[in-house]
Amino acid sequence: MTSRNLSDNKPVGVIGAGNFGSTVANLLARHRNVLLYARDEKVIKRILDKRENRGHKMSKHITPTNDLQYLAEQCDVIFPIVPSAHFRSMMKKLSPHLHPYHILIHGTKGLDITLPKGQTIETITKLNRDQVKTMSEVIREESVVVRVGCLAGPNLSKELASRHPAATVIASPFNEVLSIGKRLLRNDRFQVYGNNELIGVELAGVLKNIIAIASGALSGMGHGENARGLLISRGVVEIIHLGRALGGKTKAFLGVAGIGDLVATSNSTFSRNFQVGYKLAQGMSLREILESMDEVAEGINTVRIMKKCAEYYKVRAPITHAIYQVLFEDLTAKEALNYLMRYPLNVDIDFID
Amino acid sequence: MAVEVIEKKNKNKRYKPVLEGIPDWPVYQLSKNRKEFIEEVANQSFTRIKEIRPTRKQLIDELEATVYREQQRMKRNRWRVDPQDEPKFWSRIKSDLVELTSKPLNDEGNNKEDEILKRIVQRYANEIAGKFNPSSYKFARNIIKFWFARLLNAARVKKFGGIFRNQYTLRDKIQIVGKVKQLRKLTKEGTIVIVPTHLSNLDSILIGWVIHSLGLPAFIYGAGLNLFNIKIIAYFMNSLGTYKVDRRKKNLPYLETLKMYSGLAIQKGAHSLFFPGGTRSRSGNIEKMLKLGLLSTATEAQRNIYLNTPEGEEARKIFVVPVTLNYHFVLEAPELIDDYLSIKGQDRYLPEEDKYGSFQLLQFLFKFFTKGSNISVSIGRALDIMGNYVDDDGNSLDSQDRVINTRDYFLSNGHITIDKQREDEYTRMLSQRIVSEYHRIHRVFASHLVAFVAFEMWQKKHPKLDLFGLLRLPEEDLELEYQEFKKTFKRVRKQIYQLKKADKANYATHLKGKTDLVIRHGLENVGTFHIKRPLLMNKKGNIVTQDLNTLYYYHNRLVGYDLEKFI
Repeated sequence: MTSRNLSDNKPVGVIGAGNFGSTVANLLARHRNVLLYARDEKVIKRILDKRENRGHKMSKHITPTNDLQYLAEQCDVIFPIVPSAHFRSMMKKLSPHLHPYHILIHGTKGLDITLPKGQTIETITKLNRDQVKTMSEVIREESVVVRVGCLAGPNLSKELASRHPAATVIASPFNEVLSIGKRLLRNDRFQVYGNNELIGVELAGVLKNIIAIASGALSGMGHGENARGLLISRGVVEIIHLGRALGGKTKAFLGVAGIGDLVATSNSTFSRNFQVGYKLAQGMSLREILESMDEVAEGINTVRIMKKCAEYYKVRAPITHAIYQVLFEDLTAKEALNYLMRYPLNVDIDFID
Repeated sequence: MAVEVIEKKNKNKRYKPVLEGIPDWPVYQLSKNRKEFIEEVANQSFTRIKEIRPTRKQLIDELEATVYREQQRMKRNRWRVDPQDEPKFWSRIKSDLVELTSKPLNDEGNNKEDEILKRIVQRYANEIAGKFNPSSYKFARNIIKFWFARLLNAARVKKFGGIFRNQYTLRDKIQIVGKVKQLRKLTKEGTIVIVPTHLSNLDSILIGWVIHSLGLPAFIYGAGLNLFNIKIIAYFMNSLGTYKVDRRKKNLPYLETLKMYSGLAIQKGAHSLFFPGGTRSRSGNIEKMLKLGLLSTATEAQRNIYLNTPEGEEARKIFVVPVTLNYHFVLEAPELIDDYLSIKGQDRYLPEEDKYGSFQLLQFLFKFFTKGSNISVSIGRALDIMGNYVDDDGNSLDSQDRVINTRDYFLSNGHITIDKQREDEYTRMLSQRIVSEYHRIHRVFASHLVAFVAFEMWQKKHPKLDLFGLLRLPEEDLELEYQEFKKTFKRVRKQIYQLKKADKANYATHLKGKTDLVIRHGLENVGTFHIKRPLLMNKKGNIVTQDLNTLYYYHNRLVGYDLEKFI
């Protein structure tokens, strides 16, 4: 185990005690003392009493708390890892306690949307970057923190917890954030890469969930690896087009956070998004699927948002469209696949000049 | 012809000086110790360059490149202001360098290259430094005031002897709007860095007058060396405390010395002004991208101030104030837009050149005062070096109006640290913020709106033509039916009202009012003194152009507001 650096005796904060939050807290606890924020008193008690949460054995260096102010006062570096749907409201609560010296590195692979009162994604006429924000943008909007970063890449919580080799990307325009993140997370089983394209990396992590659902659906239909190879390669093209429309740079999608994460989630039965697709193809309805899951699959909302954005930015996104129809309209997975196989566009690579 | 659409009566009152005596002005303090200051700039630049080029080989390579570039510049693009002894200086440097490199490079050297570098930065520091002289400052300022007033009254009061009247002052000609009170207050609270948009060579004089007429102490400011070629401007510039920015010199020692000069002056509390867009906007666009070099000196100065101030003591803050200047007419517009188009058409090098001498400038000033053409100056709300708004006491505020401690941005693990990459990023964020403030405070003129609407309508009528194709169309074939033009004009104007409501733009008061009158006001003023008028009305009452290129230039003032879709 890496030695604890005693000179840096300030603890590191983690907000959100979900699957990934717990995993990150454990990774951090190998180097530093960790304050873990959980909303639920029961979770806090369980961690204190049994050193266990969501099947993760929790390090003794983790102290759970439900006091955001205390956490912000104690920690200069904070990892917010809460579902995108709650991210903004969490930031609003945290914001009064934050200062420009704080560093926030989030681990949420979803998008934030702000809609006018009474509107939904489906009823609004257009959806664009004025309303759709990445989590780093939410942090910037809601707080004075500027040194912001994100975690992305193939880091499925369950594999990490069992110490399989894995890697993550920390993205931030600030090298300072990259080096702090590396120092805090790296260990002999966990490689950490740095990338300055924050928005691109965030989008890569978000958009790959669409393809993960599609991949799950392929498996659910019993199709093989040829089909998956096709899906993943076409998926990369679609992600890049969507990502660029939203302001990401191509390069970000080709690295560990893009292709690396895409391949990992598209092949993993551990992935919630994969599970959604799998169960859909097996004939379960979306509602049944949601009821059977303990945590949100970010991909579902991402599909809704990206379908609307693709229309606004006039980006061809056949996979997103097909998945949308399977999720929210009454297209079956099989019909969607047929649709995609007949899709007329067949240029292999069109995103590199 | 008299125009019925009139600017709201200018409320600009006379402002008392913020600081009473000139000896209290930071710029005076600086000029009193001019020699020591230049010495400090040179020394610190030397240290900085040595940090950037740490090995002997790197430094010698850099020096060789510098000499080469300087000799090329002298060969190709020499100016009247360039000192006489320049060729001699550089050939000496060159022969010293040759002598140095002819011997094998072992580390036992006597560090001759350090000595050469020192000579170069000392020369540069002296070149850049301005001279502020209180008596010639007062003299120049009075000359400007006196003659502007004479011209103005001669033009407006059309009676014999009008030239001796004092009915009109410059204040009636130049509209200053925005956060004047805050700016005046903050000059006492901290160090001001004014960053205006840049359209015309006239800007430098205009902004000098504005600073004075607001009762602010003199600012040191960076003006393009090319301006000093025009003798009459050079005279005023020299006396107003400008330092010289030579955009031909792009070598590392020069750029570092220039930044050091600006940075140290700010750090010492001298209120400063520079044009962050670099050169004049050639396209006529509001600046979209700023040059980060000089801007970064403000960030660095603020960090050094925090670094040198013991914790608990109050550190002097730097306030960045965006200012937009707007004219109905830009003297250099035809040449600027030609430059822009040829750069856009094919990437080629354009020397900084000015076709206008003192005579043209005076002629322009006369025209300017004899015709009804106003200038608008918008003073933006002050920002801290991170782009946060500050209140009148100089406190930085977040979006919820909570007070932020700016010092915290430079903290790492509880200590102030020097992190170049972080500060570069901060500077980039600040520059984006300044650009959006420009758009917010920029006042839309009727003249720019008519240009914008007409040009976009022609573009829409020829959807297959790209910009160059469109500009090649013969002007006599282009005519817009007035009623159609008017309808579109109204629609776009309404959108500008919306933008103002959303706090994303501003407009001159003359933009409101009866559409026909506003259009007429616009047509009469848009590029009014060009030989070929960008836009006018023909006998049939329809809209025509005599020069699409300049029309495009004035049209560009409104690019960046997403108004195209309302055409």
